[in-house]
Amino acid sequence: MTALPPDLTQSAIDTEIAKAQAAAHAGDHPPRDFPPYRGSALRHPTHPLIPVRDPEAVELTGPAFGVTDVTDLDRDLTRHHAGEPLGERITVTGRVLDRRGRPVRGQLVEIWQANASGRYAHQRDQHPAPLDPNFTGFGRCLTDDEGRYSFTTIRPGAYPWRNHTNAWRPAHIHFSLFGEAFTQRLVTQMYFPGDPLLPLDPILQSVTDPAARDRLVAAYDHGLSVPEWSLGYRWDIVLDGPAATWAENEEDDR
Amino acid sequence: MSPAPTPSHTVGPFFGYALPFTGGADVAPPHHPDTLTLRGRVLDGDGQPVPDAIVETWQPAPDGSRTGAPGSMRRDAVTGRVVGRHGADFTGFGRVATDADGHWLVRTLPPGGVPYVCVAVFARGLLHHLYTRAYLVDDPDDALLAALPPRRRATLLARPEPGTPRVHRFDVRLQGAGETVFLEFP
Ligand SMILES: [Fe+2]
Repeated sequence: MTALPPDLTQSAIDTEIAKAQAAAHAGDHPPRDFPPYRGSALRHPTHPLIPVRDPEAVELTGPAFGVTDVTDLDRDLTRHHAGEPLGERITVTGRVLDRRGRPVRGQLVEIWQANASGRYAHQRDQHPAPLDPNFTGFGRCLTDDEGRYSFTTIRPGAYPWRNHTNAWRPAHIHFSLFGEAFTQRLVTQMYFPGDPLLPLDPILQSVTDPAARDRLVAAYDHGLSVPEWSLGYRWDIVLDGPAATWAENEEDDR
Repeated sequence: MSPAPTPSHTVGPFFGYALPFTGGADVAPPHHPDTLTLRGRVLDGDGQPVPDAIVETWQPAPDGSRTGAPGSMRRDAVTGRVVGRHGADFTGFGRVATDADGHWLVRTLPPGGVPYVCVAVFARGLLHHLYTRAYLVDDPDDALLAALPPRRRATLLARPEPGTPRVHRFDVRLQGAGETVFLEFP
């Protein structure tokens, strides 16, 4: 493993984050070029994206998923092995809406995460924290008629990464979502409220608008906690992007 | 009042046990005579392979239908394992991770009514996925192609490989020389 530059400290990255945020245009999504996140340097396009406004574009439709793609067990990540995983059992639930506020029905939600110790079941994760033989950390479900999804899992641990010296990712769950159109595809990460690592993380901070960043942090919801069983978190998701089923005479009101 | 969108984030490096699924590359039914292979590499700004990207494809069925069909990740009821498509319905959706050399491949059928397959690219280091199109035919009537200067337009053409007309090559260059044209849908 190559050594990190000795001066690449958290405070150096904090300064870079402040500078990059000040320079960025406010937007819902992160700029693809965000220097404090070193991995973005060679992986962002330099040409502007080409806007496609063709109402016949295939991207305004999208793939379908159904009951054959998901089993009932998939949504409970604590039941994928013979034993119970270690960690704090949680439920995570919320609604998926499109940007017009309509529920996204019958669509696929996939999640993946580290175990309670902050280790992924992936051979390239060499963080010397224990693997859990009773936890893989991958789940799927379909949204219901109100756009709701729900998972039972364990709270993931924070983990180190080599973006800079002493870099730690805040605890997070990776989410992948489909809407009714390919344009609405979303891959993102959900964070936990009150995590002291949130302001230090160049990936979360790549979302330069503070209000948009807040939308990536779930809310603890005591009403969702199950007595003597699990703690509840609520996280609603709004998919960006247009769809073919939006009638042409309906002006997009964004 | 419209709700504000949830921001995108990178897919990160560790999606490999979660997102790829058995048969993800096999959009065409097995042994279908019209099968074409779409293959290529994902390359970074130094021209180096991106080994931790995931490529998704979406397209109409050969008859032009755009509804897709469930069952891309069809499950075995006993074991819960993904057993792949049954082949009688065309789901239109492909998903495949790049290999250590940045290479990916899907086997599919020609899209009906349009000359292109829709492509989305996700990767570690890419904070927001990218859309592009793999044009199987250089269609002079296509509005997107027509609006691009020749050198940029060429990045969208998935040309048949010499001697193998049913294998189309589509490299995705995220940055730099020959950078692929990426799309947005306002
Ligand atoms: Fe992660």
